[in-house]
Amino acid sequence: MTDITANTATRRGGGAAALLRHARYVIGENPITGLSFGLFLLIVIAALVGPWIVPYNPLASDTSAALKPPSVAHWFGTDQLGRDIFSRVVAATQLDFAIAVLSVVLVFLIGGLAGVAAGFFGGWTDRVVSRIADTIMAFPLFVLAMGIVAALGNTVQNIILATAIINFPLYARVARAEANIRREAGFVEAARLSGNSEWRILAFHILPNVFPILVVQMSLTMGYAILNAAGLSFIGLGVRAPTPEWGIMVAEGAANIISGEWWVAFFPGAALMIAVFCFNLLGDGMRDIVDPRRRT
Amino acid sequence: MTAAPALSVEKLCVEFRTRSGVVRALDNVSFSVAKGETIALVGESGSGKSVTAYAVMGILDPAGRVTGGRAMLDGLDLLSASERQLADVRGRKMAMIFQNPRTALNPIRQVGRQIADVLIRHGDVTRKAAPAAAIEMLRAVGITDPVRRAKTYPFEMSGGMCQRVMIAIALAAKPSLLIADEPTTGLDVTTQAVIMDLISDLAKKLGMATIFITHDLALAGQRAARIVVMHAGHIVETAPTRDLFVNARHPYTAELIAATPDSATSLDALASIPGSLPDLRRADLPPCRYSERCPRKTERCAQPLPVGPPEAVHTIACWNPLPERAISAPKVNAA
Amino acid sequence: MTTLLDVADVSKLFPAAGGPGAWARIKRRFVGGPANLPQVHAVDDVSFAIGKGETVGLVGESGCGKSTLVRALTRLIDVSDGTITLGDRELARKTSRVFARDRDRARIQMVFQDAGESVNPRFTAFNAIADPLRRLRKLRGAALEERVSTVARQCGLPAELLSRFPHQLSGGQRARVGIARAVAVEPDLLVLDEPTAALDVSVQVVILQLLQRLKRDLGMSYLFVSHDLSVVRLLCDSVLVMYLGKIVEAGPAAEVFAHPLHPYTQALVAAVPRLHDDAGTQLRLSGEPRSPIDPDPNVCRFYGRCPRGMENCKAAMPALRQFGQRHVACHFAEEFLPRP
Repeated sequence: MTDITANTATRRGGGAAALLRHARYVIGENPITGLSFGLFLLIVIAALVGPWIVPYNPLASDTSAALKPPSVAHWFGTDQLGRDIFSRVVAATQLDFAIAVLSVVLVFLIGGLAGVAAGFFGGWTDRVVSRIADTIMAFPLFVLAMGIVAALGNTVQNIILATAIINFPLYARVARAEANIRREAGFVEAARLSGNSEWRILAFHILPNVFPILVVQMSLTMGYAILNAAGLSFIGLGVRAPTPEWGIMVAEGAANIISGEWWVAFFPGAALMIAVFCFNLLGDGMRDIVDPRRRT
Repeated sequence: MTAAPALSVEKLCVEFRTRSGVVRALDNVSFSVAKGETIALVGESGSGKSVTAYAVMGILDPAGRVTGGRAMLDGLDLLSASERQLADVRGRKMAMIFQNPRTALNPIRQVGRQIADVLIRHGDVTRKAAPAAAIEMLRAVGITDPVRRAKTYPFEMSGGMCQRVMIAIALAAKPSLLIADEPTTGLDVTTQAVIMDLISDLAKKLGMATIFITHDLALAGQRAARIVVMHAGHIVETAPTRDLFVNARHPYTAELIAATPDSATSLDALASIPGSLPDLRRADLPPCRYSERCPRKTERCAQPLPVGPPEAVHTIACWNPLPERAISAPKVNAA
Repeated sequence: MTTLLDVADVSKLFPAAGGPGAWARIKRRFVGGPANLPQVHAVDDVSFAIGKGETVGLVGESGCGKSTLVRALTRLIDVSDGTITLGDRELARKTSRVFARDRDRARIQMVFQDAGESVNPRFTAFNAIADPLRRLRKLRGAALEERVSTVARQCGLPAELLSRFPHQLSGGQRARVGIARAVAVEPDLLVLDEPTAALDVSVQVVILQLLQRLKRDLGMSYLFVSHDLSVVRLLCDSVLVMYLGKIVEAGPAAEVFAHPLHPYTQALVAAVPRLHDDAGTQLRLSGEPRSPIDPDPNVCRFYGRCPRGMENCKAAMPALRQFGQRHVACHFAEEFLPRP
């Protein structure tokens, strides 16, 4: 028999080391997953250190160099106030990425947990959560976001809150369905026989099974959250100038397309598109990594 | 066997392409079923019995490929037939019933209509006459109040009733061959008996050949005239039923019988089969896939397996079979 | 034999078809409705006993109530009526939610039918076995690891498999994990709900022999639920036959199968495929069982499907009568008794 004192981690499933190994396998397997992970890493780096490594100050305006097309000095050209667009696009990554991540985490917490509780306990918990979700879904979601931000004020926190609220029904529904399926599963009964209280079962037995499904959802929601924030900024309800944010930049550059200065709106728009594309591809890759059923 | 068999499978080979390699699921599987005969394909999970049926019916998983062999049904090689030819043959000449009746039926279509569909396509029945003919089929499979039941949906029926409906659908166009893939697994033993009786009766009435796939050796023995034993994609032994139970020659067959609960009077007398299935992805599989777990292995077993005369009634794919009239299997105590 | 578990007059009723919804219930409170709502009599007045060290089999077709009975016994659900006494402790009084934290929770454990379903797909084998030990025996750290290793070894599970997830294990290995989890807390009574139904026949042999060995070594009693009569015949000392919520026959396993007294048991035994018999016995049950919703208490549950039905069967429910070691609930039991 092998030594009992051998690596505990091995018995617990290998922990972080095994997860990393599996992650590398999945990324290596599928080139698209690899690409999206690479892109994601790039976005994270840009978000973390962007504002400090850009060639120009994103807020510094130089009206003499306004609306210059892309050149060696200004890779993405300059906008109406002479600000370097490349620096602004990279700097905006931080804000947009923060909005995306925070909204998603918030909606996972409230929506996911509420949904799991509703699906597992049923009864009044289910009724209350479902009716709340139904109420939210009765509104056109973007209009609801507009309403929330308009009512509470034009701050980044409110944008995050509004995004989380309009995504609540989706998470609650998915989480509720997954919890409901597993409610009378054999392992739940076994957990009761093992002396687990209902709350422990919810937290340690059900939630780990629902998590992978929500993770895929989270990745898709991140893209949507950025688009939401960009949309709100576009109509003036989101982040305010001169803060660099992709949505505002597209809004500010939209008028210039007609006069031929396409680069003002193009580059922030392209950044938006690439980010959303990357997050969507990420969803599948994340699930492959997180779901133990796919581990070989 | 002078008359042409209903189905003749010759040297069937099937492979599956998977993420972790090529699985050589079937290797040179050959057997035949005479007209009106009932045979049983018996084996444990992984033996390839269902894969054989799916290959013959042409409904293999897309990852599976037939890499050799023929399956002759009425002069047509099913394995090289076009999809159109197969669609004509399925239902009219051969039919299949599956393990889980409720999921094998269309959940959103009334059962009467599902039977009528087959009748219209294959049974030369007009669209007008089909509903009445469907009701007659329901009656023939022993469903009470068929007029009302024809309008019900599968979820409203019990497992046993759903299986009867599936039999009705399969036999609606009076095929000459029926393949039944574990039709009673999951049903109560009392329902199982009734359903098996029904299949036997209908097969006799229609003069239909039946291939009955199961892992339950006792059930196979009750219902089949001949048993084909499979292991790891090979056929190891075929024999008339009585012969097989009294005179099992292949070591695997003997072990299988010794592991069946009904064969012993106490738990300690049951024997488990030593070793485990070989990994079918290996490129270096020995010619006899049982040899690595076989207690009777000799040097000869590294050679390709012997092929007996085609007219032989009791075939054994083994170089060192048990002697004739061996009553008890070698006993191996489980760890 | 001393009695370990005594089950007396246990009944479990469910509201038929889910019962009235929330609005209907509120309406009933104010407007009123029929006094008794239709109920499914899943388990109806069941009494039996399991002795120390005994293996009792429980057989019956689907819908007979054996799953419900078993869940009531293991206190996963509450009973509507009756008592369940383990040793000297009455268990049915506490609700199942409260019982999860009871000090006697570990005394009755269960092995489930499909180990793939009954082990959390996100738990390793180690965690699956450790869970009851953590919760019920409060073991941690090195003591926990040692206990899990010991139990795994007893159940024939190699140590390197402990870090695997259920989908990485074979059917037989998963079954062993389910068994190890159940016996880790050393229960007095182990309920086995068709533990080998999903296994190949060769694996089944090994698992059954393991169960028999564990029973001897750990001094447990078994309640073995199965539809496979051949296995019950081999493993069980006595057997209970259930039909539509009631026990219709009970007795030593060998005798019940050799000379069944109740017509249902006779049909059941006749239907089991035997290796050396033909399907000759034409004792076949036709039709479907009666409805379990509010059955008439004066009509035998088997009436209508029974090959012999008399006026008496419609007038009085046959009670479970004792004949030596045999119990039968049939008006005509005497006719089938083996001649002395």
